[in-house]
Amino acid sequence: MPSSTPCLTLTQVRYAVGSARSAAGVTEILAGVDLTARRGEVTAVIGPNGAGKTTTLGCAQGLLRPSAGTVRLLGADPYRADARLRARVGVMLQDGGLPQAVTPAVLLGHVARLHADPWPLPDLVERLDMSRFLTTGIRRLSGGQRQRVALAAALIGRPEVVFLDEPSAGLDPESRQMVFELIEHLRSAGIGIVLTTHLLQEAQQLADSVFILKDGTVVRHGTISELTAESQTRPARLVFAASRRLSEAELAAAPLAVELDGELNRPGARWAVTGLTSPQDLGRLAAWWEQIGMMPAEMTFESRTLEDVFWEVSAR
Amino acid sequence: MSRAADLSPQPSAPAPALRRVLAHGRYETRNTLRNGEQLLVSIVLPLLVLIGIHRLGLLAGSGGIDAVAPGVLALAVMASAFTGQGIATGFERQYGVLAYLATTPLGPTGLILGKAVAVLSVIVVQVLVLGSTAWALGWSPSPAGLLWLGIGLVTGACAFTALGLLLAGTVRAEATLAITNLAWVLMGAAGGAVFPLHHEGPAGVLLLLPSAALGEAARTASAEGSAPLVEILILAGWAVAAVLAARRWFRWR
Repeated sequence: MPSSTPCLTLTQVRYAVGSARSAAGVTEILAGVDLTARRGEVTAVIGPNGAGKTTTLGCAQGLLRPSAGTVRLLGADPYRADARLRARVGVMLQDGGLPQAVTPAVLLGHVARLHADPWPLPDLVERLDMSRFLTTGIRRLSGGQRQRVALAAALIGRPEVVFLDEPSAGLDPESRQMVFELIEHLRSAGIGIVLTTHLLQEAQQLADSVFILKDGTVVRHGTISELTAESQTRPARLVFAASRRLSEAELAAAPLAVELDGELNRPGARWAVTGLTSPQDLGRLAAWWEQIGMMPAEMTFESRTLEDVFWEVSAR
Repeated sequence: MSRAADLSPQPSAPAPALRRVLAHGRYETRNTLRNGEQLLVSIVLPLLVLIGIHRLGLLAGSGGIDAVAPGVLALAVMASAFTGQGIATGFERQYGVLAYLATTPLGPTGLILGKAVAVLSVIVVQVLVLGSTAWALGWSPSPAGLLWLGIGLVTGACAFTALGLLLAGTVRAEATLAITNLAWVLMGAAGGAVFPLHHEGPAGVLLLLPSAALGEAARTASAEGSAPLVEILILAGWAVAAVLAARRWFRWR
């Protein structure tokens, strides 16, 4: 991936709520977040609930003022953004931020009028398949329909940077595919996309780079392949299918940790071997198969998924 | 489809500032005038109060319709600026609409100016409907005082909008709903908006209430045609105090 210009940088951003004078004291939600997002790339911010994802986005969007650190969004401080900067940035909030009493057509028409050269509404309506509910009050729409309206409201100004907080929450598979295609389209048009998600598969599928937040700091970041690359901390995992049932005694004799991969111990069951770090380990494994007289029916190395990395980080 | 394929024909730019504010004013005015509850509080109830007090002759001793009409205009301004705007903004805050709009080219300042345009537009509609009804019932305001009546109502609208937004931005939407409705009824019935308060004794302090100041300003201008300067200063004071408090405590989310 050729590295393009950053459209967003957070440097040691801290955010605290409360007051030292109050009984509850000060709670630090962000404890020094460093984050960079680039144009033409999808940057995913993931992390467990309460890690600070939405607060990070709030600081990046200029909705929250960091208590320390600096934020540069398209070269400016978003907290002091003027209309010119805001016109170049699209925001989809986690809870939608949609007025309840108006229709999508009225809302989107209104937001379009705040921009000099908005995205043509009919095209956006078609891409997000909104024509059926365009003139229905937002209060009466389903969760998935509201998500699409909120996404349209973030995009109507043809932004150069888009913030999407949980863009696929509440979407059925078909709508999710539609949203993914639109995000792909935005990326290929050179737009910088910053999104949060709790669906790791989604991050793995969409993101060019990932920032894993935990307790208000970035604990791991990089491209998907960098994050899932083998490392000393988490050696490769090998999965084999046994041609027959394995006995307790046979398993006890195994040179490495061998565990059932989610099925019953029966012929054809899959077994996962963890702790492989060298070719010698493979040799010891082959020697064990020879000893118990079993030829694996199938054998694969499994690459780590973002989910593995996530669990590894969260467990700490 | 053809234009969207090329998403960046030129850098995205905001519409001119005045157009943004007017667009938001028009959007909010339209929403208010289409909202049944808002119409009820802003137009229908003041209309019922106007006709009811006139028919029952409750203010027959203090000038009849000439005393009723300006007070009802004050009540109507309180309804749209304080109750209506407070409740609408409170729920916008709860649903994250304020936060979303603050990220658009409208921004916080444009949002507040747009709301001011909407409040003034609704007041124009209220004055037309209630004023012409009162006129049909025999209201004959002093022509010289009409300008002062307008200035009084606008200053009152500023004070009550600021108070409504202060509530909307500090307490929960449901609490804003309850407080603004209750306060509107109390200020309308006993706060000097519709029924004039007595000026002597300790009760004179009540004249410092924004409702009393607005009611007195409207009655003085309408009946005597003179400038209600003290009342306008009281209202301006409330507006400044509420704006200062809102700057300190208003929360967008």
